[in-house]
Amino acid sequence: MTAVLTPIQQRFSDLAGQGRCALMPFLMAGDPHLAATRATLLALQHQGADLVELGIPYSDPLADGPVIQAAASRALAAATTPARVLEMLASLKGELTIPVVLFTYSNPLLNRGMERFCEEAAAAGAAGLVVPDLPLEEAERLSAIAADRGLDLVLLVAPTTPAERMARIHRASRGFTYLVSVTGVTGVRTSLESRVEALVGQLKPLGPTPVAVGFGIAGADQARQVREWGADGAIVGSALVKVMASAAEQHAGAAEAVAEAAGRFCAELRAGLDR
Amino acid sequence: MTSTVPPLSSTPAGPDALQPQARPNAAGRFGRFGGQYVPETLMPALAELEAAAAEAWADPAFTGRLNHLLRTYVGRPSPLYEAERLTEHYRRPEGGPRLWLKREDLNHTGAHKINNALGQALLALRMGKKRIIAETGAGQHGVATATVCARFGLECVIYMGAEDMRRQALNVFRMRLLGATVQPVTAGTATLKDATSEAIRDWVTNVESTHYILGSVAGPHPYPMLVRDFHACIGEEAKAQCAEAFGRLPDVLVACVGGGSNAMGLFHPFVEDTAVRLIGVEAAGEGVASGRHAATITQGRVGVLHGAMSLLLQDAEGQVQEAHSISAGLDYPGVGPEHSYLREIGRAEYLAVSDDEALQALRLVSELEGIIPALETAHAFAALDQLCPTLPPGTEVVLNLSGRGDKDVNTVAERLGGLGG
Repeated sequence: MTAVLTPIQQRFSDLAGQGRCALMPFLMAGDPHLAATRATLLALQHQGADLVELGIPYSDPLADGPVIQAAASRALAAATTPARVLEMLASLKGELTIPVVLFTYSNPLLNRGMERFCEEAAAAGAAGLVVPDLPLEEAERLSAIAADRGLDLVLLVAPTTPAERMARIHRASRGFTYLVSVTGVTGVRTSLESRVEALVGQLKPLGPTPVAVGFGIAGADQARQVREWGADGAIVGSALVKVMASAAEQHAGAAEAVAEAAGRFCAELRAGLDR
Repeated sequence: MTSTVPPLSSTPAGPDALQPQARPNAAGRFGRFGGQYVPETLMPALAELEAAAAEAWADPAFTGRLNHLLRTYVGRPSPLYEAERLTEHYRRPEGGPRLWLKREDLNHTGAHKINNALGQALLALRMGKKRIIAETGAGQHGVATATVCARFGLECVIYMGAEDMRRQALNVFRMRLLGATVQPVTAGTATLKDATSEAIRDWVTNVESTHYILGSVAGPHPYPMLVRDFHACIGEEAKAQCAEAFGRLPDVLVACVGGGSNAMGLFHPFVEDTAVRLIGVEAAGEGVASGRHAATITQGRVGVLHGAMSLLLQDAEGQVQEAHSISAGLDYPGVGPEHSYLREIGRAEYLAVSDDEALQALRLVSELEGIIPALETAHAFAALDQLCPTLPPGTEVVLNLSGRGDKDVNTVAERLGGLGG
């Protein structure tokens, strides 16, 4: 039986063939405005991102620390809505070829309706979904609906997840499994907990799905560390969001300046990962 | 302004829908409401909490200690008091309803909140967790939590919106006096919603050492059930006290609803007694039409907030909206999932009353009964204006006097001004 690979599976499979670890930056759509997001997505692709995680801003982001909370507030203040984010994404078709994973909390998704949200996300060219407040028990229905539209619903594993549950999540997760590196919310940490190495080692033998590590990766050194521990991907969020926020502040929110700063940071991460 | 809203669904629920095993079901759901919409990090802790609670309730050593402390430390049972002058106030020529007050305001710390805080603190001790966090709006839950933490020597951090800290300065001082750290929350609207989000973030970060004493029948399963069960003593006592006072079940129960813990505590033992009307009273703030209100059940749509699916004040895009109420304890855009369920199946009714109506009621009860109720509770009293004229003579009404109003005197003075002579 030959299964058709989804864009995310294809990307991880290609990278595995090259012996490389995926670089997956996160940015908040609409921070400081969608023109900057659009330019930044292209800059990240140009500077070596393999996939990109695109946050849809939400008023009550429970899993996020202060940096991404502030980014979401700025994006909402700029009148960013899921529909506008998807419209912007659709406008990049043909130009943006790396898989885009949408990061959204449950409520904006359920508010739109699971079917409609997945339909529209797929039509706009998204490849997958991460919903940080939708654990395994609540995810079953969404995963099937998403898969019907060719979207991978990525599930998360945390350091507190017991072994038996970890196996179930890893089997149910599509595209990749998102390993949360810390017991905590998103945000830059000075060092990665060494138990991440054990967690990657525990997760990998449970199934063929790639494992990407996120939450707390501050820069190139930690991204490389994650690769050395055996992860298939490194997700960098708060650190990039900070770089973009300070560029936006210095350059009055100019889209090119934000994109350029993000691209520079991405290039550093890329170099570190490939060293 | 007051409005009665019909059930969301016209399908009458079978008797199974009212049974305890359907509230919640094995999946932690009350019909379509409830569930566990939380980061994966918390899932094992929620499972641990559910198991610990089930074990504790089955352990006579636990229930014995809880009941002993409810009696000797909290001061239970709270009296059921016949409000004769209030009854007189609403009497028509042909008669009127008789009003009874369940005096939760007489509990230690001045509100019902201590029932749950005490129960959860005992659970935390059983689970070996030495650090306690909680969110608070009016400060009553924060004070109750700080109190039990002092009693058991537990570290205590209370998250409170900066705006609420201003409105409830007395309670902030009480919490600090009790040895708790009060952590101001300035994010978002700086009220209960944001304090709850911040408490959940703390829990995600410190879950291995910390127990989160959630203060309402909201949040992810098992909290709505757990908190309700620790408050069910209110309804159980009321049932026995009604039997003693007038030899039968009451006809109508009335309670204010923010998240809905005092209402669920009173309602729970009566849910299967379908002859008893259950009436929840929400905050209409400056009026439902003004858009500045906290009338979640009467005005909200289904959504997810703080880990549970329930009715929710949200905009067209699913962003959570700011709630408005003069009462910090009702100033919350969500509501416990069991209330959404009771409304959907048509078992409970919900009304909304405005800030002004609540203030008038507070003044009326103070003058007629010599009881200054909390602003939250004043909303339940305000509903009597609409309700009592519709009730036949001899109707027995029990209103949950969920808290006393000492904490609110500054707010009330600001709004009512000098009372004069």
